[in-house]
Amino acid sequence: MKIRADRDVCIGAGNCVLAAENVFDQDDDAIVVVLQETPEGADAEAARNAVGSCPSGALSIEET
Amino acid sequence: MAGAITLPLHMQRDRYDPPVRMAELRERPGLEAITTPLGLRAHLATRYEDVREVLGDAERFSSAGMPALPGAEPDQRVGNLLALDPPDHTRLRRLLTGEFTVRRIRRLQPRIEQIVTEHLDAMEQAGPPADLVERFALPIPSLVICELLGVPYADRGDFHRRAAIQLDLTRPLAERGAIAAESRAYMGTLVDRATADPGEDLLGMLVREHGGELSRAELIGVASLLLIAGHETTANMLALGTLALLEHPDQATALREDPTVTAPAVEELMRFLSVVHSGMPRRVTRDTEVGGTPLRAGEFVVVSLPAADRDRALVEDPERLDVGRAAAPHVAFGHGVHHCLGAPLARMEMATAFPALLRRFPSLAVAGEPEFRSAAVVYGLRHLPVTW
Repeated sequence: MKIRADRDVCIGAGNCVLAAENVFDQDDDAIVVVLQETPEGADAEAARNAVGSCPSGALSIEET
Repeated sequence: MAGAITLPLHMQRDRYDPPVRMAELRERPGLEAITTPLGLRAHLATRYEDVREVLGDAERFSSAGMPALPGAEPDQRVGNLLALDPPDHTRLRRLLTGEFTVRRIRRLQPRIEQIVTEHLDAMEQAGPPADLVERFALPIPSLVICELLGVPYADRGDFHRRAAIQLDLTRPLAERGAIAAESRAYMGTLVDRATADPGEDLLGMLVREHGGELSRAELIGVASLLLIAGHETTANMLALGTLALLEHPDQATALREDPTVTAPAVEELMRFLSVVHSGMPRRVTRDTEVGGTPLRAGEFVVVSLPAADRDRALVEDPERLDVGRAAAPHVAFGHGVHHCLGAPLARMEMATAFPALLRRFPSLAVAGEPEFRSAAVVYGLRHLPVTW
């Protein structure tokens, strides 16, 4: 899997950081920063939850 | 106390639960026709999927089209993020989001813990019985948002009173309008003070860093929204959440004894209680369709957040409060671009306050009839008598 994040769409809610702290972070304006583009194992599972709880639709998963 | 009104379906509750009729509506195709307390005719969305679709598409479903309240002053909605669409909403929200990152909120944790401890100490010293709303649920988020925003906590008596009236839909519109104007005037004095001498708080930051791009009216609007949203919502979650825990003692025990339950328990209480009934009605911007109902441009859609959060499409056995279940992507904080800005702060406050309360008073019990408030923008409790 590959994580895609659209920083123009992101609203900085922070749900992704809470769901998958190893995969996502926020910059100083709260906009999403992807720490791992291709997470594996437990991080991949957490990343899926994060994408599901993203309110703005900024996050998506590309299955590889 | 204002007179009784017949509440529209999306504001009715039976203690913690949306009315049974919501479950019927979820099961059948289409949206239900309702009339809001302001007389606005609207379509009601109850399914998780439909609610997410409406809230997730600000282009088709605008937050900016609500008719103005009769007699409202022209500035009343300026700076109110809830009533703006992108790109205006985006510009304003992005000035604030940096203050509410997960990292920034974690830095507040020691202070939040201290505030919770002080209120528990005061409750313990005064001894039982106590009104949990007055001693715990309301003052904790009030003090936190006051410090964050730069509002004198000493003014809380007045802003609590004004917030309660502004959100109370049983009050005459003229009264609510007058109180809203009073709130703006009060916030105006704080904005002017911050403009003359910006402090280290959020108001000071906005003036220092964005004073050139924000009008005085916008600063007032933003700060007023943060003050009211910062204390009313969390206060009602803390009060109603405590009652729900006391009436589900096995759930309270799990939260008291197992720290790993805290984070999912907060999400489950949010899902189960969904204290915000609906948020702003959305205006349909072009002919479209949701859940099998054709919608015409200019019509309105109201979403029921509690109904969506009790949908089996979201979790199994949705009518059961289960603090041990995995956190679900509920819509209690909303969805789409208007998703609660303060969610990380609210989560931190709840994750601190609920376990601390249960551990301090293991014998905490309801000591009288709780007073529910339904006819308000935020559902919850006016009073919760407790003993220990």
